[in-house]
Amino acid sequence: MAKEFISNTIRKQRFMNDEMTQQQLADAVSVSRQTIVAMEKDKYSPSLELAFRIAHVFKVPFDEVFQYDAEKDPLWTRKKKRETVQK
Amino acid sequence: MHNKEKNTLFTLVISILVMIVYATIIYQKKVVPDPAVINDLQFWGKYFILFIPIAIGSMIVSYILFAIINKIVTKEDLEDVQDERDKLIELRSIRISHWIFTFGFLLAMGSQALGMEIWVMMVTLIVSGMVSSLVSELAKFIMYRRGF
Repeated sequence: MAKEFISNTIRKQRFMNDEMTQQQLADAVSVSRQTIVAMEKDKYSPSLELAFRIAHVFKVPFDEVFQYDAEKDPLWTRKKKRETVQK
Repeated sequence: MHNKEKNTLFTLVISILVMIVYATIIYQKKVVPDPAVINDLQFWGKYFILFIPIAIGSMIVSYILFAIINKIVTKEDLEDVQDERDKLIELRSIRISHWIFTFGFLLAMGSQALGMEIWVMMVTLIVSGMVSSLVSELAKFIMYRRGF
């Protein structure tokens, strides 16, 4: 299941890099094109290692490619609920 | 549908076919002439061991066949890269298949604890092995489709 609290701008970054193809990016970071497709559709969250490699290929800081939204993270919403129940 | 999804589906269909054909041949050639053989442990051991190379061989042949058909239809080579996502999907599907086989193993042992005949245990073991491998392929297909 996709993690809604982690998003990425891979599609935009590819566009900014002379419309780099999914296959070119896949070859650059040694994964299959299907993995790039899954990441672009937010169906797969990559490992930290792969995420850094992708940012390195685009020559941009990590957080320009990958974003984390704590508000949508079920871990914090669960904890908040538990705390309010305890109070 | 991507190549890996197609390949998983192809493998699933081939493994079902191989199982059905093998079981039918053994049933017709060995069980029909002598039904008492189903309670003979040597019979089960012999044909179970024989099935292992047949299953492995059929998987290799199905992969080669799929690569040839894929090349003819799409004019593309199969990607042989196994990346972190493939490994994760593989691990998750293996975990599912292990749980199913463990459940089947417990059922098989339970049948003996209840004093049932040997063939009940062997059939339960074989069916759970088949079901676990089929569910494993199906889980892979679903995970490739749906993402995780």
